[in-house]
Amino acid sequence: MSAPTKGSGMAWVGRSIRRLEDPALLSGRGCFTADFKAAHRVRFVRSAVAAGRIEKITIPDGATVITASHLTGVKPIAPALHKFGYVQVEQPVLAEGVVRFVGEPIAAVVAPSEAQAEDIADLVSVEIAETAAISDARIALAPGVRTIHEGAARNIVVEAKFETAGFGAAQDAAERQIVVEIRSRRQNASPLEGRAGLAAYDAVSGRVTLTCATQMPHLTRTAIADLIGMAESDLRVIAPDVGGGFGQKMSLVPEYVVLVWLARKLRSSVAWTEDRRENLIAAFHGRDQYLRLQGSFDGNAKLLALLAEVTANVGAYSCYPTTCAVEPLMAMAEFPGPYDVRAYSCIARGVLTNTCPMAPYRGVSRPSITLALERLMDVAAAQFALEPAEIRRRNLIDKFPYISATGLKLDEASYRQTLDMAVAALDLPAFRRRQIEARLQGRHLGLGLATFSERTGYGTPAFAARGMEVTPGWETVELSMDPSGFVELRIGASPHGQGLRTTLAQIVADQIGVAPERIKVVHGDTDRTPYGWGTFASRSLVIAGGASLLAARKVRAKLLRIASRLLEASADDIVIEDGAARIAGTDRALAIESLARAAYHQAHLFNGDIDPGISETATYDPAGTFSNACHATIVEVDPETGRVRIERFIVAEDAGLLVNPMIVDGQIAGGVAQGIGNALLEEIVYDETGNILTATLADFLPPTSREIPPIEILHLETSSPETVTGSKGLGEGGAIGAPAAILNAVNDALAPFGVAINEIPATPQRIRAALRGASERRQ
Amino acid sequence: MSDRSDVTLMINGRTYAISVEPRRTLVDAIREDCGQTGTHIGCEHGVCGACTVLLDGAPIRSCLMFAVQAEGKAIRTVESLANGEELNTLQRAFMEHHGLQCGFCTPGFLMLVTGVLERQPNIGDEELVDVLSSNLCRCTGYQNIVKAVRAAAAEMRRR
Repeated sequence: MSAPTKGSGMAWVGRSIRRLEDPALLSGRGCFTADFKAAHRVRFVRSAVAAGRIEKITIPDGATVITASHLTGVKPIAPALHKFGYVQVEQPVLAEGVVRFVGEPIAAVVAPSEAQAEDIADLVSVEIAETAAISDARIALAPGVRTIHEGAARNIVVEAKFETAGFGAAQDAAERQIVVEIRSRRQNASPLEGRAGLAAYDAVSGRVTLTCATQMPHLTRTAIADLIGMAESDLRVIAPDVGGGFGQKMSLVPEYVVLVWLARKLRSSVAWTEDRRENLIAAFHGRDQYLRLQGSFDGNAKLLALLAEVTANVGAYSCYPTTCAVEPLMAMAEFPGPYDVRAYSCIARGVLTNTCPMAPYRGVSRPSITLALERLMDVAAAQFALEPAEIRRRNLIDKFPYISATGLKLDEASYRQTLDMAVAALDLPAFRRRQIEARLQGRHLGLGLATFSERTGYGTPAFAARGMEVTPGWETVELSMDPSGFVELRIGASPHGQGLRTTLAQIVADQIGVAPERIKVVHGDTDRTPYGWGTFASRSLVIAGGASLLAARKVRAKLLRIASRLLEASADDIVIEDGAARIAGTDRALAIESLARAAYHQAHLFNGDIDPGISETATYDPAGTFSNACHATIVEVDPETGRVRIERFIVAEDAGLLVNPMIVDGQIAGGVAQGIGNALLEEIVYDETGNILTATLADFLPPTSREIPPIEILHLETSSPETVTGSKGLGEGGAIGAPAAILNAVNDALAPFGVAINEIPATPQRIRAALRGASERRQ
Repeated sequence: MSDRSDVTLMINGRTYAISVEPRRTLVDAIREDCGQTGTHIGCEHGVCGACTVLLDGAPIRSCLMFAVQAEGKAIRTVESLANGEELNTLQRAFMEHHGLQCGFCTPGFLMLVTGVLERQPNIGDEELVDVLSSNLCRCTGYQNIVKAVRAAAAEMRRR
C-alpha cells in the first residue's frame, strides 16, 4: 500500500489500495460461523416428499427432538405486502401438519456432536400421506389444479398489472409485431459457505447471541424476536466473516428461529451448519421464470410498444422481509430497461408450487428480463436485416433525465457510449468477416450483446412503491475517533466479500486526514452497530458509503474547529491531510491524534463552544440511481457436441465514481462468472415427483476456471447527481447482462441452422436437441 | 459407532494426539479435534476443494479421507503459510491481484497451489488453469486467482 499523495485533496478514493480484509482471510484467521464451538449440534429432519399430510412422527427413545408441537407460541413466518393482490401465506418454522417441498424442515434433533445428531435424525420416522407434487408454475396455474395454500386461487400469490394509457393504439400503429418466449430455469446462488447458525444463551444476562451467516443481521434480530415473542434487546445477532451470499443469505432462515428457541429452552448453546445437499434443496432458490415479450416496431425498427407477461415460480412459501413478490414486481417495474418505449403493458405473477422457496438472487429478475428484452432486440434486428448494435442504437434512451413508462427516473446513463465502446473493442467488422470465413470451414462463431441498466442504491421510496410492510432503504453510520486518534466506523450494512472495510475507510480517510488502516469498520454485530438493512441490492457502497461521507464531513468540521482554536487560525485557512491539520502554506500543524486527545482531555480549552469527544452519526436515504453497462461476447459453438466456448467477454461499464477500481473489477468479473454459469451450466432440476435431482455441486455445476474466460473491463465514470459520493452500485450488473449476451451469441453462432434457443441454461443437451429438431424439420 | 481410535496427526509440524471415531473425516478432525479452523468445509462431496490440505506434500480433499488414514503423515494447512504476521509470496500475490472476496474458498486454493508449485514450479499457463479448475470459487470469477498464481510462480522461480 503506497503512501497517500500529499496535497492531492482526494488521496484515497479512486485508488486500488489492497484490501484491509485480506491478511486474516489469507492466513486461516477468518472467523466463519462454523468455526465457533457449541455445546450441542442440531440436525434437521426434512421432508423427503414434495407434498402431503404429516400422519405421524416417531422419535427414538431418549432423544431430544423438537417438532412443531413443541413450538407453541412461535408464530409462522408470514411477511406482508399491501398491494398487487398479495396473499399472505404462512410458513411454520417447522412443518405443521403438511409439507410443501422436499427439504422442508420437520424436526430438529439435538445431540452432543454432529455425527450423533445425524444418527438420531436417521432414526426419526416421519409418515406422510403423499399428494401429487406441483413443481412447474404453468401447471400450478392450470384450471382445477389443487391449491398449495388456502386463499391463493390458481396458486397465484401476487399479480401485478400495469398499462400505459393508449397502449392498444400504440401497438396497432406498429408495422411489425415480434414475439419472444423465454424460459429461465431454476438456480441456486451457491455461496461456498452454506447457511450456518450458532445460538448461545447467556445465563447471567438472559440474552441469546445468534452468530449466523447472514447478509442482514438487524432484520434477522427483529424477525426472530417477533416470531418467538421475546424482547428484541434480549437477542444479539452477529454476522462474522460470511462466505458469500448473493441474496441467498438476505432472507430469514426458519432454522435460525429454531436455534434461538432451543438456546433459550436448553439454556445452552446449539449450532447448525447445513451440508451442501441441504443448501441445494432447502436454502433459497432463484430465477425460474417464463417470460413472453411482444415488441411492436415501426418501419425503422423503432420500438413503439412493449407487452410483457412474467410467470415467476416462487416456490412453496414467501421469504421475509421482501416477500416472494420481489421477483415479479421487479420485472414489471423495470422491463423496458434502457430503451425508449412509451407504451408498455405488463402482467407479472408469482405462482406457488411444491418447490423450495425463492428469494432474491443477484440481479433479481433483471437477468431474466434483460435476457428477454435483448433476445427481442436480436430477433428484431434479424427481421429488419440490421446489425444488433444498430437496432440498439436506434432504441436506447439518450436524453436525461428520463422518466420511464413505469415512472422511474433515469437521472443519467451512458447506454450508447458503453455500447459503442464494447462494439469497438470487439472490432465488429473484422469479426463479421472472420465469422463468414469460419463458417466456410465448418466453425460456428457468434457475437452477442446485452445493454442494460442496473437500478442501484435505492432507498425507502423505491421499496415503499412495492407496498412492503417492511420497507428497507436508509443506512445509518456512527463515526468516532478515540483519544489516541484511532477511528471506528460502525455501520448497519453487512458486507460478506465486497470489501467495504476498505472502501468505506477510503471514503472516510479523505475527509479526516488519517490513513485507511487506522479506520476500523465495524459491521455485522447488532450490539455494536446502528440499526441497518444489511448488504444486498447493490446498495452498500452508495448508501452506507454516502452516510459514511456525511458523518466524515461532520467529524472533519469538528477537527477543523478544534484545530482552529489550538492553532489560533481561521478554520478556512486549515487543511486536513496526511495525518495532520495544517495552516495552509505554513509549517504550523498539529497531528490529528493531538486534536483527538484535546477533544477528550483538554475540553476546558474550548470554553464550552465545542462539545467534548469526537463522535458523529449520519443517515442517508437516497432515491436511487442506475448503473449501466454493455456486455459483448464472442463464442464458438460446436454443433456436434453442443459445447459453447467463450472466446472473449467484454464489459463496458458506467458505475459512476469508482472508490476502489480493483474491487469494482472484482465485483464485475465475479458477477459475469455467475451469469455465465447461469447461462450455460447451472440448473436445479426437479423430477415429476418434486424431488431434486441436482443435490451436489457436481450435478448443479457451477463454472470452474476452465469455463470462465478473461473478462475485459472498460469503464466510463459518469458521476451520479443522485448520490452524495457520485458512485453508483454495481454488485449485480455482471450477473444481469451475461446470460443475455451469451444466449444472443449462441443464437448468432447457430443462425445458419435456423434454430432459436430461448432457454437457459443453454446446456449441450438443449443445443443438440434444438439442432436435431431443426435437422428433422428440414428432412 | 462409538468406538474410538487413538490417532496422532502431525499438522504444520505439531503433533496432535486425538481420539476419534473411525468415521471421523480428516477435515472434521483438523477443525474440531485439533482446532485448526482455517481449513473450510464447502461440500463434503469432494467437489469444491475448500477443504484442500497437503498430505505428505500432495493436495488432497480432507473431506474425502478419514482421520485415521492420516496417521503418521505430514499435514499442512493454510495456517502454515505465513511467518507470523508476514504473508508468504503466494498469499501476497492473492492480496495484490484481488484473488479473494469472501475468502471462504481461499485456504483451499492456497493449499492446492502450494502443493502444485512445489512439485511443478515451471507449470505452464494452460495446465495451471486446468489444475485450478479442481476447486470452486463463487466470488471472483477465477481470473484474479489465475493472475495471482502466475505472479507468485514467476516470483518463486526468480528466487
